[in-house]
Amino acid sequence: MAEAAGGPQPEDCPGSSSAQAGRAAACQGCPNQGLCAAGAAPDPAELSELRSRLRAVKHTVLVLSGKGGVGKSTFSALLAHGLAADEAKQVALLDIDICGPSIPKMMGLEGEQVHQSGSGWSPVYVEENLGVMSVGFLLSSPDDAVIWRGPKKNGLIKQFLRDVDWGEVDYLIVDTPPGTSDEHLSVVQYLSATHVDGAVIITTPQEVALQDVRKEINFCHKVKLPVIGVVENMSGFVCPKCKKESQIFPPTTGGAEKMCQNLNVSLLGKVPLDPRIGKCCDKGQSFLSEAPESPATSSYRNIIQRIQEYCDQHHLPEEKIV
Amino acid sequence: MEEAAGERTNLAGVRHILLVLSGKGGVGKSTISTQLALALRHSGRRVGIMDVDLCGPSIPRMFQVQDSDVHQCDSGWVPVYVDQDKSISLMSIGFLLEKPDDAVVWRGPKKNALIKQFVADVAWGDLDFLIVDTPPGTSDEHISTVEALRPHKLLGAILVTTPQAVSVGDVRRELTFCKKTGLRVLGIVENMSGFVCPHCSECTNIFSKGGGEELAKHAGVPFLGCVPLDPQLSQSSEEGRDFIQDFPKSPAFPALAHIAQQILDGTSQQSS
Ligand SMILES: Nc1ncnc2c1ncn2[C@@H]1O[C@H](COP(=O)(O)OP(=O)(O)OP(=O)(O)O)[C@@H](O)[C@H]1O
Ligand SMILES: Nc1ncnc2c1ncn2[C@@H]1O[C@H](COP(=O)(O)OP(=O)(O)OP(=O)(O)O)[C@@H](O)[C@H]1O
Ligand SMILES: [Mg+2]
Ligand SMILES: [Mg+2]
Ligand SMILES: [Zn+2]
Repeated sequence: MAEAAGGPQPEDCPGSSSAQAGRAAACQGCPNQGLCAAGAAPDPAELSELRSRLRAVKHTVLVLSGKGGVGKSTFSALLAHGLAADEAKQVALLDIDICGPSIPKMMGLEGEQVHQSGSGWSPVYVEENLGVMSVGFLLSSPDDAVIWRGPKKNGLIKQFLRDVDWGEVDYLIVDTPPGTSDEHLSVVQYLSATHVDGAVIITTPQEVALQDVRKEINFCHKVKLPVIGVVENMSGFVCPKCKKESQIFPPTTGGAEKMCQNLNVSLLGKVPLDPRIGKCCDKGQSFLSEAPESPATSSYRNIIQRIQEYCDQHHLPEEKIV
Repeated sequence: MEEAAGERTNLAGVRHILLVLSGKGGVGKSTISTQLALALRHSGRRVGIMDVDLCGPSIPRMFQVQDSDVHQCDSGWVPVYVDQDKSISLMSIGFLLEKPDDAVVWRGPKKNALIKQFVADVAWGDLDFLIVDTPPGTSDEHISTVEALRPHKLLGAILVTTPQAVSVGDVRRELTFCKKTGLRVLGIVENMSGFVCPHCSECTNIFSKGGGEELAKHAGVPFLGCVPLDPQLSQSSEEGRDFIQDFPKSPAFPALAHIAQQILDGTSQQSS
């Protein structure tokens, strides 16, 4: 059926990060063939530029989800805050959601602009050890829309990795838009110049979200991105008045737990709905420090610790032969 | 003007096309598209939904027809009908995948090609409304959809947001997209606006309150109403049930019915 769509079936696509990209038999007639074969995949010269820029990045974690609005940006922001609580660690937060950047607002950096220095763009710093980069810092007004097709978005993502003076970084956290398209393919390709620890997948409990998240996990397998684990967010709501729990997003098919069992990936934890999370996001505050006693905070902290442990175990970046 | 072009005749019988948009993910675009379709059907209208969310299609599951296939006929692809009366017809990439969990790892050009096919090659037949459910953002899918639909009876767009500033901020950008592409804004829906505890009736504004209404005022576009967080609504979406029919007493019902009514009023004014 998909044949009629003017291209090969998605399953036959070698994936634009493969050496076969744009060259395999299945690529014949695909409208992406040219892009895959030439432009999109970085050439060796670009890869070596990227590699020298990212050499000083120890760990890279991508935050992904097939579904929109499940809390990717909230989690990325809190992961960055959580890791940066250790002053000895240098943390970088990169927002590659080009059409809907949330990170500037969530980090309390709205209205900030990027500065150019001799060694490239400087990230915007929340703390000395926490630098942030987002397309939001390049826009002149909150009404500015970035109405860009794929290639332009890819170009900017490349610039974010190649032209930003990240310096020495212990953790690079990448917040992504939902889906499995240009941004995701490009960031994985560009990061192939460095060591990527893996992806944290965010979901909510209901099947409408899980069905997209399973696709995202398949994407990870396809592009050989390790899955660190899954976070189930918005998992139940406890009424502040009567303390009874409601399942606003009901886990009708067993929630993330069942999915993780079926797909053999780890469940890093569950985070409940808490109205203060949304408030903190809107005000650009760290929920972890604003609501230290909340069950959601302890849940976030546990998850952050598990990610840290995962990264420590995968400490030695293997030398990549590209 | 371009209606005469042969390849476009598949939309000739469609009276009104409306887009459901949001800069933000997960605010309820697919839910609003689904409920609007159901509500319009209850008013006796024939409705189609074109799902252009190619990486994360939700429409098949929200109608519980995720196992259906699309067939070919002389005039193109036959959409999937949700009932025997063929009162609602659907087209989604979900119907084209071999395995439901297959990731659609496509860059822009390939997505654009499929959207063009959805516009040109689906045998929609006679419809009062064609609702287009979109992914979040202002990128390939949106540009291609608006370009492909421009020669047709494009009524305008409904913008969905949650009350929160992080969502309203993205929807402001979506408004700019509408302005730049000449797309009329039919109005803004504030979804997930407040949650009334079913145990004690206490209302908690989990995702804040009022942001969508404020944005509508600020932007000078109609405000279509607030839809509260309602577990019966998410449950209905999970099971592909007809919420409007099954839960007329639930808190989200009047809000959803009101949105549909405003769309109907708008189009009857237009045609009279
Ligand atoms: N556990 C939670 N409790 C309450 N609100 C939450 C929780 N997690 C996230 N939120 C709120 O939900 C909304 C969506 O979260 P967020 O923007 O992080 O999602 P996202 O996956 O990045 O969305 P997008 O797909 O648009 O990028 C935000 O307004 C955020 O404040
Ligand atoms: N008013 C509401 N009350 C309760 N649940 C809701 C409400 N609106 C939407 N939901 C639920 O929230 C989730 C997200 O909604 P939906 O999938 O419609 O959003 P979307 O904007 O289409 O997301 P995406 O950006 O991923 O396409 C769904 O599980 C849906 O059932
Ligand atoms: Mg986000
Ligand atoms: Mg949707
Ligand atoms: Zn209560």
